[in-house]
Amino acid sequence: MIPTAVVGVGQTHHKTRRLDVSFGGLVREAVFRALEDAHMTLDDIDAVVLGKAPDLFEGVMKPELYLSDALGAVGKPMFRVHTAGSVGGTTAIVAASHVQAGKHRTVLAVAFEKQSEGNAQFALGSGKGASLGAGGAFAPFIRAYIQRSGAPEHIGWKVAVKDRLNALKNPYAHLKIEDISIEKVKASPMMWDPIRFLESCPSSDGACAVVLTDEQGGREAEAAGRPAAWILGASSRSEPPSFPGRDPVRPAACVQCADDVYAQAGITNPREQLDMAELYVPFSWHEAIWLEAHGIAEPGEGWKMIDDGTTELTGAFPVNASGGVLSSNPIGASGLLRFAEAANQVRGAAGEHQVEGARTALAMAYGANSQYFSMWVVANSLQPFG
Amino acid sequence: MSDTSRTPVRPNSYDRTSDDIAVVGWAQTPMLRRTEKSETQLLMDVITDALEPLSLTRADIDFTCLGSCDYITGQAFSFVSNLDAIGAWPPKRDSHVEMDGAWALYEAWLRLQEGDIDIAVVTGSGRSSTGDPTLIYPMEMDPYFLAPLGADPLTFAALQARAVIAAGIADERSMAQVAVRSRGAGDVDALLTEDYLREPLRRHDVPPITDGAAAMVLVRGDRARELVDRPAYITGFDHRTECHNPSFRALDDSPSTRIAASAAGLGDAPVEVAELQAAFTHEELLLRSVLDLGDEVTVNASGGALKENPIMATGLVRIGRAADHIFGGGSRALAHSTSGPCLQQNLICILEARS
Repeated sequence: MIPTAVVGVGQTHHKTRRLDVSFGGLVREAVFRALEDAHMTLDDIDAVVLGKAPDLFEGVMKPELYLSDALGAVGKPMFRVHTAGSVGGTTAIVAASHVQAGKHRTVLAVAFEKQSEGNAQFALGSGKGASLGAGGAFAPFIRAYIQRSGAPEHIGWKVAVKDRLNALKNPYAHLKIEDISIEKVKASPMMWDPIRFLESCPSSDGACAVVLTDEQGGREAEAAGRPAAWILGASSRSEPPSFPGRDPVRPAACVQCADDVYAQAGITNPREQLDMAELYVPFSWHEAIWLEAHGIAEPGEGWKMIDDGTTELTGAFPVNASGGVLSSNPIGASGLLRFAEAANQVRGAAGEHQVEGARTALAMAYGANSQYFSMWVVANSLQPFG
Repeated sequence: MSDTSRTPVRPNSYDRTSDDIAVVGWAQTPMLRRTEKSETQLLMDVITDALEPLSLTRADIDFTCLGSCDYITGQAFSFVSNLDAIGAWPPKRDSHVEMDGAWALYEAWLRLQEGDIDIAVVTGSGRSSTGDPTLIYPMEMDPYFLAPLGADPLTFAALQARAVIAAGIADERSMAQVAVRSRGAGDVDALLTEDYLREPLRRHDVPPITDGAAAMVLVRGDRARELVDRPAYITGFDHRTECHNPSFRALDDSPSTRIAASAAGLGDAPVEVAELQAAFTHEELLLRSVLDLGDEVTVNASGGALKENPIMATGLVRIGRAADHIFGGGSRALAHSTSGPCLQQNLICILEARS
C-alpha cells in the first residue's frame, strides 16, 4: 500500500442558503481553498472523487456529470460515491484508495450538499411523505442509550453548548450562537423526545475538498514547510437496517470499523493514543454514544467524559473542536468535513479551534439507520508512536 | 469543430498498479421488460448465482461495492435495503457508487490492490421499467441551462447521431445493420422504411427498457487460480470524463474513450472481442472508430445494450461478457461502459488470460 497524505484542505462558508453561488460555484469555493492550501492547481490533480447524499435532495441526478467542468475533471477520472450520511467519509476513503493502490498520484476528494435547493426531510422519507426525519429515526436510539447508561438529561445540553462554543472559533461554521447556554438549550422546543431544537444539527449549504497525495508528495510538502496529515488507517463497515438483535446504540459495524482503523494505525488504547476526534454528531447525545462505540470510553461511561469537560476544546480529549455537525451540516459534505478537520488538527492548521499539540486524530461519519460507518486516523507523521 | 474544442489528452504515466487481480465469475438475472421483483430480490438471486459455482458463500466476501441509482429506483437511499442481498451480517467492508456497476468494479479493483484482502463482490442493478426516461433523464443535465430544456436522452442521442453521420463514421444503413446484428432479427431495408423517432434515429436504433442486475466476483493473487482454471485478469482499467454540455463537445469523437483506452493499454496487443456499452446504434460505430477496432474484432456478440439494457448494470454486463470470452479460451478482450449524455464519461477494462 502506498503511504498517503492530506496536503490540502478547503471548505465553504456554510449557511442555510448559499443563494450567491451555483452548485458549481459552491464546490469550486471549497476546491480552490484546498488547492491554495496545497500550493497546487487543478493541473496537479490526477483524479476527482465526488460524494454527496441522495440526488433527490437537490433534484439533480448524477451531478458529477454536470460538475465535471467545475471540478476540472475534463480528461480525468471522475468518480461518484454515495453511502448515505457516511458518504463524505467514504469519499475520503475512496480517494485515499486511488492513491494507496498506486493508480493515481494526487487525488481531489470533494463533497457537497446544497440543501436549500430541495427539502431533505421530504427526501429522507423517500419522497413518500410522513417522514420521521433523521431526528425521529435516532431519538429511540438515544432513549435506549440514556436508559442503559443512566446518564443525566443535561449531558445532551452540554454537548449542544460545547459544540456551538467551538463553532464561534471556526470561521466557516454555519451556526454562530453567541449567547448559547444550557438555559437556552433547555428552553428550546422539544423536537423528538429527548432531542430539543438546539440539540439538533442545522440544514446547510456547503462543500468540502481535500487534496490527497502519495508519500513523495507528502514529503515534498513537508520539506516546503507545509505540514501533511498522514493516513494511518482508513476503513468502512456496513450492516443491514434492522433485524432482531441489532444494536443501534453500539452498532457492530461501528465497533468493527473502529477496531480495524486502530489495528491499521497501531492503536491499542485510543483514549491515550488519540489526541482528539471529529465524530459525526448530528444530535447531541451521539457524542456519548460514539465515544463508547469507538472504544474511547467504556460502555456506559461515555457521558462522563462530557460531564467532566474532557471533550471540551481545552479538555484532555477534545471532540468536535470545529463545532461539528451540530454547527454545520451540508449532509453529503458533513462526513468529509470531519475527515478534513481531523487532518487540519494534526497539520496544526485549525486556527482558533486548534487542539494544542494534536498529533493524532480520529474522524468518523455514519449514515442511514446508524448502519454505514467510515473512519480514518491521521497523524503528523507515519510513525507517531515511535 | 476545431481541434481546440477537443479534450486534452492526459496520459497516465504514474500508474503503479499490479496486474494480479482477476474476474473469476459473474452472473446476471433474466433481463426483462418488467420484473415484479424488487432490486434487493434481484441482487439476492444474482449474488448467489455468482458465488455458488465458485463454492463461495457471502461469508467469504471481504469487500462489496454496489452500483445503482436512486432516480431510477425512484427513492432516496434505495441502495440501503440492498445490504440485505449482500448479507452484511456480520458487518462488511462496503461501498456504493451512484454509477454503473462497472465503476463499482473499478473501486473494488483499487481496493484489492491495497493488498490486505482478497475477494470482492460488485453489483450493478436497476429497474428502469418503473420510471419514464423522458422525465428522469433531463434531471441528469446541468440544472441551470440544460435540464430546463427538458430534452430526453433520445434527443441528445439524435444530435450525436447526426454529427457521427456528418463525419462519415456512420449512415442510417450501417446503423440499421448494427441493430439487426445485435438483435439477431429484422431486415435492414424494411427497417429503413420506418418513421423516425428523432431524426435520424428510428425505433431499431434505440435501446429497450430492461430490468435486471449483475454480480461479479473479483479476486486477488493466488486465490484467483485456486478458484478457477482460467481467471480473467484485469490488465488495464481506466475511465475518463468530458465536458458536460454536448454543444461544447465534438460529438463525432469520444476523446475520453480514447484516453481511457490508451491508459488501459488497449494498443499493447490485439483484442479478439469487444463489448461496448452502445445503447444507440451510432454509438457502436463511433466507439469502433475511436477505438480503431477492425473487422477482425468481434463486437457485441452478446447483442449488447441494444438487446438488453439494464441501466446501472449494462456496463458491468459488458465486462462479464468480456470475461466469458477469457473463460471460454480467449486471450484478450475489451469491455467498455459509459455514463452521461452523448457518451460524456467512458470506462475501458482490458481482460486477459494468463498461461
